[in-house]
Amino acid sequence: MDNVLLKIEDLFVNAGDREILKGINLKINKGETHVIMGPNGSGKTTTANAILNNPEYKKQDGKIEFEGKDITNLGTDEIARRGIFMSFQIPEEIPGISVTNFLKTAKQQVTGKPIKMFEFKEELKYNMDGLNMSSKNIDRSLNVGFSGGEKKKNEILQMLVLNPKLAILDETDSGLDVDAIKTVSKGIQMFKDEDNAVLIITHNAKILADLKVDFVHILVDGKIIKTGGEELIKEIEENGYANYKNN
Amino acid sequence: MKKTNVEEINRNIYDIKNIDDYDYKIQKGLTKEIVEEMSNQKKDPDWMREIRLKALEIYNQLELPTWGPNLSELNMNEIATYVRPKGKMVSSWDDVPEDIKNTFDKLGIPEAEKTSLAGVGAQYDSEVVYHSIKEDLIKQGVIYTDMETAVKEYPEIVKEHFMKCVPISDHKFVALHAAVWSGGSFVYVPKGVKLDIPLQSYFRLNSPESGQFEHTLIIVDEGASLHFIEGCSAPKYNKVNLHAGCVELYVKDNSYLRYSTIENWSKNMLNLNTKKAIVGKNAEIDWVSGSFGSKISMLYPMSILNGENAKTEFTGISFAGNGQNLDNGFKVIHNAPNTSSVVNSKSISKNGGKCTFRSLVRVNENAKKSKCSISCESLMLDDISVSDTIPVNDVRTDEVEFSHEAKIGKISDKAIFYLMSRGLSEEDAKAMIVRGFAYPISKELPVEYAVEMNNLINLELEGAIG
Repeated sequence: MDNVLLKIEDLFVNAGDREILKGINLKINKGETHVIMGPNGSGKTTTANAILNNPEYKKQDGKIEFEGKDITNLGTDEIARRGIFMSFQIPEEIPGISVTNFLKTAKQQVTGKPIKMFEFKEELKYNMDGLNMSSKNIDRSLNVGFSGGEKKKNEILQMLVLNPKLAILDETDSGLDVDAIKTVSKGIQMFKDEDNAVLIITHNAKILADLKVDFVHILVDGKIIKTGGEELIKEIEENGYANYKNN
Repeated sequence: MKKTNVEEINRNIYDIKNIDDYDYKIQKGLTKEIVEEMSNQKKDPDWMREIRLKALEIYNQLELPTWGPNLSELNMNEIATYVRPKGKMVSSWDDVPEDIKNTFDKLGIPEAEKTSLAGVGAQYDSEVVYHSIKEDLIKQGVIYTDMETAVKEYPEIVKEHFMKCVPISDHKFVALHAAVWSGGSFVYVPKGVKLDIPLQSYFRLNSPESGQFEHTLIIVDEGASLHFIEGCSAPKYNKVNLHAGCVELYVKDNSYLRYSTIENWSKNMLNLNTKKAIVGKNAEIDWVSGSFGSKISMLYPMSILNGENAKTEFTGISFAGNGQNLDNGFKVIHNAPNTSSVVNSKSISKNGGKCTFRSLVRVNENAKKSKCSISCESLMLDDISVSDTIPVNDVRTDEVEFSHEAKIGKISDKAIFYLMSRGLSEEDAKAMIVRGFAYPISKELPVEYAVEMNNLINLELEGAIG
């Protein structure tokens, strides 16, 4: 019980008038890496947004717990402060706010402590080096004029700096070239330890190649219709989702 | 989501009221007798008294503007046009009366003087109470003093320039200003002298139901350069206060002037200010303007580009909250070949506030190969706020590069969600987005004003989420 980070029970979620999630159940323990795979429109992004309680997605039924506490209807900022992070598929551009400034503010909010500038800069430098990021980028406005790859790396940098208990990566690999995918994968390895967990949402197996995956969930039409180990990745790679679509 | 609608936010230091304890306060209203009495009080020379009386006649003939915000609540019979504070103008803060000094202390003026300014003027109600300038600038011939002293000690220069850049008949409130002007700063920078740190004048209106009519006259002679900063604030009262200052800037050939303003009047203030610059050959005037306070503001600084290759830039931001109608803008006349103007304006409106950006561009026939580029962006923080752009372009030659770009937007819910997912509260997320929006302007301000502007944004957004 002590090891349970996230527990989703019977979750039903609508986006607009459309019913997207139709009864999701998911349990993630400390130390685990989970993967949700599924075809376009199956509800992957909705799942991630529902965990963060994005007001655009309306929960109809069900419950989400984090470390044993109900977070179903908590504000997004409070959920973030409890230790859940989400890497966005399309990160927002915030003109006039530098990456450093933003990270400092966010870190202060998430940790609830004042930032020690020297340590913070060292940490930033270490993580940026690890992600092959140019130090020039940290003085640029957040995501403004960043290439697709730079934006995604920036998401991973935020994950490393904010150091959440659970990181949800929503299609972080989509639209990236092979090298960028490797960098993202390296970032995940830098982050991952025995006390935290990762939930990777993807429809591409490439990002998973260098990662140790514990559970793979197949999401089709708003339901997890199969859960297994790494072997499922290979199966999907070979056969696609055709076998699951008619269930 | 919590719903609060705070109309009367705590503006902290800006709202500290001193008791209305003055040396002399003229009776309310505007008559010939009152103007004469004021002129006596100020010991004007005859020529200045004549200007005042002539201006009063013109004032009585002119109508209120028929466009823009409604000014019907302004009743000159309820406004005292002249309030002389206690004490005389001094050049040591220790000699400024205690309560007045405390106010300027809280506004950070003496501190800024020590660290980042070459000279300071401080006006309280109708008169300048403090003026100082660094010794080495005096040696180079720089003059920085209050207008009254300039009228007495440099009458020839003042006569040649006073109400010449801005003619008395320009509009009703210019005429009013010329009739009852008091206080303000006079600056003369001699040929070739370049000031590398700014001069700053600060205008504080403490007295209720009164007006401030300071006159700023700056002459930057050939090849000289200056950065002048103007700050204004007032505590809030229930009745209308009036500010009708006038700024006349002479930017001679090959010279440079940067004129920065942070206006944070209280929300009972009608700010009807007039500012103009005449710019010579190869000279440049840059305006930087932050407009936060006032109930109604009508302020359209104007650059008259009279010399070949003259340049002007305008960088401004307005922030209107509940009950505020900020009608600001910029005017430029291209009156010589190869002149250029660049305008970058932003406005933020919330809680029903209204921001209008009015621009007037005239490119005369002789202004061949001139360039003008205007960009204005507005951010509305809710559905009840209003934003408008009203450009007037009068281009009389084909050989001109002209562009006008206007964008009106709202804070996107997606951006708020993104920032909240990083632990920022909704309030902090909005404030961050607004600060970022304002950044291209705030970075142009002197650093302590940029900090002040960010504080104002945070202050204004506190509890402003609806």
